[in-house]
Amino acid sequence: MSCGRMEKQMMPFVDGRLKASEQREVEAHLAACAACRVRVNEFRAVSGLLDELPQIEPSGAFDARVRARVAAEPVKRSWWAVFAPSPRAAFAASMLLLATIWVGSHSSKVNPIDAGSNGTTAQSGIDPNDLPVLENYDILANFEPLEDLPQPVQGDDSDEVDGNQAM
Amino acid sequence: MARSDVQLMLDVKAGDEQSFALLLQRYRSPLVNFLYRMVRNREQAEDLAQEVFIRVYRARADYVPSAKFTTWLFRIATNLALNSLRDTRHARMEISLDAPVSADAEDGDERMMDVADKHPDIEQHLVEEARKAMIRHAIDKLPEKQRAAVLLHKYQELDYGEIAKILSCSESALKSLLFRAYEALRVELAPLVARG
Repeated sequence: MSCGRMEKQMMPFVDGRLKASEQREVEAHLAACAACRVRVNEFRAVSGLLDELPQIEPSGAFDARVRARVAAEPVKRSWWAVFAPSPRAAFAASMLLLATIWVGSHSSKVNPIDAGSNGTTAQSGIDPNDLPVLENYDILANFEPLEDLPQPVQGDDSDEVDGNQAM
Repeated sequence: MARSDVQLMLDVKAGDEQSFALLLQRYRSPLVNFLYRMVRNREQAEDLAQEVFIRVYRARADYVPSAKFTTWLFRIATNLALNSLRDTRHARMEISLDAPVSADAEDGDERMMDVADKHPDIEQHLVEEARKAMIRHAIDKLPEKQRAAVLLHKYQELDYGEIAKILSCSESALKSLLFRAYEALRVELAPLVARG
């Protein structure tokens, strides 16, 4: 081991935090290098000097000040809490839902289509079987713009019938 | 059996305020001491330590135990201390031009009281205090990152991996940083080192 590489191993060696193999390697270098040996001893002495500095105690008011600041912190709600409604909002939403259902059920009773019928199907809405009847309304039969439209082409069935007949 | 730091923090996350009080009790003294040795002002150190605890509390909802709690705690403390030192560098330079080289006004006041109250051998006490002042001064003279490395290594007894994470460097770089710091201390404290 070189003195340069020893630099990175010196503090771990002083701390006793080297692996056994590294420890042996450093000890071998120190046995051969007086300069590094002196330095290691002086680092140990410095470490001992640092132990001489006394600890200080936090002031008596420290904990109280931290607790006061913690108490003053706004209550943090998680992102999902947005979807957790308050009781008041939940009650309002329930009332709104009930009102919507009530209005919906009453509005179906005054459906203009049902109101125009003879009243016997008023509760059931539009029956698909009534559609041909609806298409025959006078207003559609006499609707002038429809007269300008080209006449519908006859279906393929009739052609085929004609063709068969020709054969 | 005492709950681990991580468990306490997870309990804080779950809404247990008492666990936060336990963390405060466990780390208030190490934090205040570390910050005091970083910024050399007791009042400022306590303000910064309070800020560390508040930041921990604010971050509780997002806390994930991906690293040791102490790594996270002292990383916040180190960053706050380094920022504070940068912010007050100009003011400290102005003060140091007028102040005696190794004197600390606050410690000086404490010394005067101690001399009168506890130490009949004033001369011996003054020698001890001068020695401590020299050690403090040697630490204060270290570049800020080296100082943080020495304080975390010596007084908090964190392992190299933790300190490297706190200082955002590799373990190899940390060992070089510590070597340079101890080398500077060795030179600065040569008179005390030689005396043994």
